[in-house]
Amino acid sequence: MVFLSQLISGISLGGIYSLIALGYTMVYGIAKMLNFAHGDVIMIGAFVIYTSVVSAGLNPVLGVLIAMVFCTVLGVLIERLAYKPLRQATSLAVLITAIGVSYFLQNVALLIFGSDTKQFSSVVSLEPVSLAGGELVISGETIITIAVSVVIMVALYLFVNKTKPGKAMLAVSEDKGAAQLMGINVNGTIALTFAIGSALAAVAGALLCSSYPALSPYTGAMPGIKAFVAAVFGGIGSIPGAMIGGILLGIIENLSKAYISSQLSDAIVFAVLIFVLLIRPTGIMGKKINEKV
Amino acid sequence: MAIKTHSKLEKKNTNTVKPFKGKDLITYLIVVVFFTVFQVLASTGTLKNSLKALLVPICVQVILAVSLNLVVGFLGELSLGHAGFMCVGAFTGTFFSVLMEDVITVVWVRFACAFVIGAIAAAISGILIGIPVLRLKGDYLAIVTLAFGEIIKTIVNALYIGKDSNGFHMSLDSSKLGMGTDGQIILNGPQGISGTPKNSTFLIGFILVMLVLIIVNNLMDSRTGRAIMSIRDNRIAAESVGIDITKYKLMVFTISAAMAGIAGVLYSHNLSKLTATTANFGYTMSITILVYVVLGGMGNVRGSVIAATILYALPELLRGIGDLSSYRMLIYSILLILMMIFNNGTYFVSLREEIAYKFKNKKTKTAGEAA
Repeated sequence: MVFLSQLISGISLGGIYSLIALGYTMVYGIAKMLNFAHGDVIMIGAFVIYTSVVSAGLNPVLGVLIAMVFCTVLGVLIERLAYKPLRQATSLAVLITAIGVSYFLQNVALLIFGSDTKQFSSVVSLEPVSLAGGELVISGETIITIAVSVVIMVALYLFVNKTKPGKAMLAVSEDKGAAQLMGINVNGTIALTFAIGSALAAVAGALLCSSYPALSPYTGAMPGIKAFVAAVFGGIGSIPGAMIGGILLGIIENLSKAYISSQLSDAIVFAVLIFVLLIRPTGIMGKKINEKV
Repeated sequence: MAIKTHSKLEKKNTNTVKPFKGKDLITYLIVVVFFTVFQVLASTGTLKNSLKALLVPICVQVILAVSLNLVVGFLGELSLGHAGFMCVGAFTGTFFSVLMEDVITVVWVRFACAFVIGAIAAAISGILIGIPVLRLKGDYLAIVTLAFGEIIKTIVNALYIGKDSNGFHMSLDSSKLGMGTDGQIILNGPQGISGTPKNSTFLIGFILVMLVLIIVNNLMDSRTGRAIMSIRDNRIAAESVGIDITKYKLMVFTISAAMAGIAGVLYSHNLSKLTATTANFGYTMSITILVYVVLGGMGNVRGSVIAATILYALPELLRGIGDLSSYRMLIYSILLILMMIFNNGTYFVSLREEIAYKFKNKKTKTAGEAA
């Protein structure tokens, strides 16, 4: 029973990682850049919810919606101001810029909200469910997290494969130049990708801080990096890969926390990343890309 | 596009690297003058204590910046785990110092041994990281180095090492250490190592900075250095003329790690208590060092020295005037973004090319008229 409850909370954590990893993987697939600031968009989203729900007393659902809009605008703005001028630059330059953006967001939050940890009140108002005669208790946050992540993943999968803008995203990630020749608005598509990724980050922020109710300017950094690990694990650029990678990583982290060592769980997660990259650098679902000279 | 930037890089290098010794001499001179001025000020007592306390940390930051520049600037790979190497060096060096405090009583011998041990331990971790790194490049490499840095920090925080008459005891749990009554815990998990002898002085820091500068400058002026830079400028071309990329990458990682280890030993022996936190050995520190390297100029040793000194000391010096230190990282992050867009942005690159083209045309025109 203990194993089962650990497994379920692992899947819940994995769902959050998946949502964040989707943002990473979509941006990587389409813009070929590692958006290091993605984790900090989560943190900003959580702070928007904190301000609107805890300080202004709004309805939690409304708070999450406001955060989604805010993060979408923020994501598009970051892309337009910081990343777009560097479309043709080397990956090193883009990566350093992304680190700069990440630091910028952290420090803005630090100046506005201070470095002390805020107590985040859960946006979920669902009673915990008892199963097997009270031996297995699943919290409302866990249920909502799993449900929301499944719904979002299915919706995103349908969006990308069935709608026109979604297919445009696939085309741009395949070949930017060819997509442009076919009349696809490449810049618009990239902006759309950032918008979707950032909106998902806001949702992930709400779920993350509901399950782990401590909010500080550094909240987003670690889940952000771990979600990147998840994206690499599943094969970066692949949307189903991000989902699988996220959930597997969440399970690995929770089980190692429960059965090996709670202190070393971060180290184990990162060791998984290194191991995956050594054995299969393209991840579980990734495609091998041959280098052209 | 890519080929264009490469040729420009090479051009820039031949322009700046040509007077080898002269360029290096200016760097050495700056460091020597800086050292002499502050040493004299410190010994005559005109230097405030708060300023005096900055001198050794400045040396630490300079060594870190120069050694990271080796990887980022000269090899062209992004490492985000530099603080991890520093952590390895600091903890092994300090461990040795605390252990041998009563055995080796001659301070300078013990301290020198601590440096050697710290450097070797960091170099070994550099090799360990270098092996997977060889398979990867770009973003993957950056994230793996970051992961390694965090792993090192996590392990150091979880490890307990003690010593008693039976020898060493190592455990991940302080209660399971199983030591005798005469046991002494040296590495105490998250509490780190305490009771480090405070051996670091500005003179030692200065000597180490000079040593690191001489090694890096001479390495980069050698055949090896040119091979390393050719990997950065065009990996495939370098490989096709027979440069062993694996060998040189591993070499750069190892040397850079060893230097970071030295910086770690210098850092830890300036404090009486050593703990691993995000601020000193986490990726925050790695990124701060990266900021020094980028703002000082990637591949420019003197730039790293100056940027590390100014960016480290400035907020501390301006502490009296308003609350600048809280804005420090904000300003750094904006500078970092602007610097990148200005140096690599499509608009600015073409603007500069345009200006350079006009300038060149003018030159040839006037030359033609003169003839």
